[in-house]
Amino acid sequence: MAAFETGIKSSDTAFAANRAALLAQLDEARALERRTAEKSAAAKPLFDKRGQLLPRERIALLLDPGAPFIELSALAGYLFDRPEPDQSIPGGGSISGIGFVSGVRCVIMASDSAIEAGSIRPMGQEKMIRAQMIALENKLPYVHLVQSAGANLPQYKVEGFVRGGAIFRNLARLSAAGLPVVNVVHGSSTAGGAYMPGLSDVVIMVRGSARAFLAGPPLLKAATGEIATEEEMGGAEMHASVSGLGEYLAEDDRDGIRLAREVMARLDWNRHLQPVAESTLRKRGADAQPPRLPAEELPGVMPNDPKKPVDMHEVIARIVDDSDFLDFKALYGPATVCGHASIEGYPAGIITNNGPLDPDGANKATHFIQACCQSGTPIIYLQNTTGYIVGKAYEQGGMIKHGSKMIQAVTNATVPQFTIMCGASFGAGNYGMCGRAYEPRFLFSWPNARTAVMGGEQAAMVMRIVAEGGAKRKGEVVDEAALAAQEQKIIDNFERQQSAIATSARLLDDGIIDPRDTRAVLGFVLATVDEAARRTLRPMQFGVARP
Amino acid sequence: MRAATIAMKFNTLLIANRGEIALRVMRTAKRMGLATVAVYSDADANANALHARAADRAVHIGGSLPRESYLNIGAIISAAQVGGAQAVHPGYGFLAENAAFARAVIDAGLVWVGPPPLAMESMGNKAGAKRLMKAAGVPCIPGYDAVDQADAVLTEAAVAIGYPLLIKAAAGGGGRGMRLVGAHADFAAALATARSEAQHAFGSAEVILEKAVIEPRHVEIQIFADTHGNVVHLGERDCSVQRRHQKVIEEAPSPALAGAAGAALRRRMGAMAVDAARAIGYVGAGTIECLLDAEGNFYFMEMNTRLQVEHPVTEALTGFDLVEWQLRVAMGEVLPVNDQADILRRFESGGHAVEVRLCAEDPAQQFLPQSGRVLVWQVPGACAGLRIEAALETGMQVPPFYDSMLAKVIAHGRTRDEARECLARALDDTVLLGFASNKAFLAACLRNQRFAQGQATTAFIAQEGAALLAGADAGANAATLIATALYAWRAAVHSPLAGRYELPLRVEIDETVYAISLKPLVGNGFKASSAGEAYEYWFLGRSGNAISLRSGPDRETIHFAFSESRDPLAGEAQWRGRRYVVRDLTLVAAQTAAAGAGDAAVKAPMAGRVVAIHVKSGDTVVKGTPLLVLEAMKMEHPVTARGAGTVAALLVEAGAQVSLGQVVVRMHAP
Repeated sequence: MAAFETGIKSSDTAFAANRAALLAQLDEARALERRTAEKSAAAKPLFDKRGQLLPRERIALLLDPGAPFIELSALAGYLFDRPEPDQSIPGGGSISGIGFVSGVRCVIMASDSAIEAGSIRPMGQEKMIRAQMIALENKLPYVHLVQSAGANLPQYKVEGFVRGGAIFRNLARLSAAGLPVVNVVHGSSTAGGAYMPGLSDVVIMVRGSARAFLAGPPLLKAATGEIATEEEMGGAEMHASVSGLGEYLAEDDRDGIRLAREVMARLDWNRHLQPVAESTLRKRGADAQPPRLPAEELPGVMPNDPKKPVDMHEVIARIVDDSDFLDFKALYGPATVCGHASIEGYPAGIITNNGPLDPDGANKATHFIQACCQSGTPIIYLQNTTGYIVGKAYEQGGMIKHGSKMIQAVTNATVPQFTIMCGASFGAGNYGMCGRAYEPRFLFSWPNARTAVMGGEQAAMVMRIVAEGGAKRKGEVVDEAALAAQEQKIIDNFERQQSAIATSARLLDDGIIDPRDTRAVLGFVLATVDEAARRTLRPMQFGVARP
Repeated sequence: MRAATIAMKFNTLLIANRGEIALRVMRTAKRMGLATVAVYSDADANANALHARAADRAVHIGGSLPRESYLNIGAIISAAQVGGAQAVHPGYGFLAENAAFARAVIDAGLVWVGPPPLAMESMGNKAGAKRLMKAAGVPCIPGYDAVDQADAVLTEAAVAIGYPLLIKAAAGGGGRGMRLVGAHADFAAALATARSEAQHAFGSAEVILEKAVIEPRHVEIQIFADTHGNVVHLGERDCSVQRRHQKVIEEAPSPALAGAAGAALRRRMGAMAVDAARAIGYVGAGTIECLLDAEGNFYFMEMNTRLQVEHPVTEALTGFDLVEWQLRVAMGEVLPVNDQADILRRFESGGHAVEVRLCAEDPAQQFLPQSGRVLVWQVPGACAGLRIEAALETGMQVPPFYDSMLAKVIAHGRTRDEARECLARALDDTVLLGFASNKAFLAACLRNQRFAQGQATTAFIAQEGAALLAGADAGANAATLIATALYAWRAAVHSPLAGRYELPLRVEIDETVYAISLKPLVGNGFKASSAGEAYEYWFLGRSGNAISLRSGPDRETIHFAFSESRDPLAGEAQWRGRRYVVRDLTLVAAQTAAAGAGDAAVKAPMAGRVVAIHVKSGDTVVKGTPLLVLEAMKMEHPVTARGAGTVAALLVEAGAQVSLGQVVVRMHAP
């Protein structure tokens, strides 16, 4: 392999401007995440007084020291709880991620119980469902740390209530699939939430603070007139000794976390994992060389203006092992880049865009996807697409059928697919390059990513051309002011929804990542799917039920 | 008078000892082409002791208690016969100064690597030795050493000598059975205790009285004699730093014998020692111990008729192997060097050597003997002039039955400061975990200003006392550093994607519980805060159980050893030479963590035998009430109540052997 020669100079003014702009966007996203964490941490004195740990402290102690943890959907629901950008608290009322507990890779979900009593906030339900789907798809045990007031009644929506049933359905599916569901009840888990422990395989309840009942004292009194205490109806001791809902009684939050770690350790979860050959382990270990070009330069590589082109080889060279990329059909349909590389020793096919998807490019990508399926090689899409190309020659060249072929290949690929939104994601390019609707195993955005059916200006221009055409036909004079206002409205509407923060808030990705972490994140998800592929589960017909 | 020993050649040597000295003797014996036979007790068999493995042959000689094995003359003689040994080297301690043993060896037709039994006997009884030395014109401390042991006679003699005075066991050594009496009112009681201890330890209640020389130095002269009438001295050793009359630091030359005046005094003392040896027909290695006062007056104290623990400092200066000399003398050879002027030239141009005795004892608990499993023993890498004599290895059990000395560390340098600093650094870099030791205390002694200036007398430890003990509290810096290192130790990987949430750690260090907040930073860093103080540490790496962190410009290395690897992780840490007892209480319920620090269970502070029980179930006690007495390392240690309460249950009986940390009494709070 000839070493890749970069055409990018970090001393260029464009590089500096790109970098500054991208890092500012990253800061904006991180500041929003921090806002949630700080809001939660503000309850520390109260939690200290109760002898409880904050939700992030619970997770921190649950996780194996030093092991990777990827938080997911941190910006879920931003601007959904309240419209003021400086007031909204993103996160959906929970914290989720993939991490290691006693050596077991698992999905971790925790109520952000220091914010609005851990109630499920806008997009929180979807966030939980997504975390559960990740567990199912990647064969990961599911650990849930609960302390939640449940649904947010003032913001009740019937569709939320109905769709919320999926959370419980998924717990039942996980259990039946052979994936242990562990629930630590740190506090309230009542009404509908009571099915959370009910549908878990292992329930750990914290003495004095865990509460699990279908109806609390006020509702009970209203409904039947019976008077009972919370402790009698849903306390940890009661459930551990009378109802049998709790398996383990923890003395406090720390003890509960200890028990969860012990339960996970005793699964001896990795004993059914198909072993990896020594030579493969070496490839993923000592032999995996970092890229020759610094990942640190990635923020400066991506043009801030999506209209400015970038050679995505520059991005690949800063992500893949040893900057070593085998360009597939480099001379054929060159605007669509396909090729093989390794990331932290895991082989992967990479598809990215150096221009619009054209018939040759679509054909090439289709061919490449099928070849990857044949060899069982996961595919990574580095999206930077302005869409499928338009024009008479292309229409006549069969763009529709070639593009359709590509979408068929993406849709039905039998290997795990991952997507990184590196910049532009416009039009059907979003679909063809394995956008969210194509359910890649994981999809992460860079902070500079923009997603839209087309550019706002183009959309506005289309509307203007249509309006002007209509006026001309009718012989009317165009109301220039109204047209300009409508144009601006269209642009604003597109702009508001296209940023990475906006799409992340809508759960159209799994989170915004620092471009410099891309290799580590891809390495982690490649390891996750590799582990899943090597794992034989012991599915059961109905999951685990307690007496 | 010439020694009557019949010298003969031998090719197999039995070493009637254990531990580092057994290894030390074997090393020379092997170099000289001799086969070696080791002896071992049950305890050493269980511990798979190094000395038994190092010998060509090892013979089991009996039970764990010294009287059943290493003091069992019959068993050792038969071991020599079984093992095919023709000679016996006694090492030091145990039977090394037992004339009956020497006789038994000789009577069995074996070569005794030591002085003639008669010479041992004449020096073995302190009173007799003093009488002999006085007669030979050797200066002695004023005192009473007659055979009449009547209370009235001793009391009268005490008044005549004046106070302060020392009561010593006539047959004793090593500081046992010794009492310092400051005033006449205390004499009767001290006499009774000294007699009882002497009877218990040496089988004879006879005592001698001596004027106590205030703040003297302990300076001793190494002598060597062969069977051909040659007697030389090998210069002095200064062993002034002592605790309970047991040596802690030994060095040569003595800082008090500096310059021309010192050289003259060395020659005077040396001549006296040679005269003393000749007076009793001495053969082999011996040491004349003297007290040297501030005016340069020296007094004969006693003669040790064996190889001394501290012989390596003499070896460092002279370049001689004293064990080789012993063996050659025993074979009937002439002393390898018998030109006194040449020996003095070597000694005086030999630089300076300092030895410390590393002991399993806890300076923070009045040097209470410790025993248990060695979790880590790691000595610093090769350093010019450093010598370590030890019979330790990671994982071995240190039995509670024998002397607490584990190792000797000796540094030899061109100057005293060079040797002293090298030795202190070596102690810092030596890792010893598993139980408390005096390692950090020794390093503190070596770095103490008074010691550094060569001003230490036998009063040194009493004078400097607390300053030599490491602070009681680990402090926020040590606590955050150790907690961070512990967290890093727990990490199997250090992923760039590691979680970044702040960790509410709770770590107990030396019985103080610290709440430490640990915030992971990008790039393997941690911000650790405790009680309002924050520190930044950066993970550098792990080597075995050692974690290296960067703190500002400094690289800090923390060694860990865990006795409990399940949660809660419990064990020990060493940082900057100091040992910390560590427990990770992060995942322990708050009330359990708090209960652990309480006093409901009284634990044995060391391994030992229960010799007396002072309370019964239901008794009300106050803080300090003696509960029971443990005997370990030949000393009695009371176990007292740590707080007021009632005795809920006695869990041991008199005579029981208990292990360190074993719960012996359960208490109810008042």
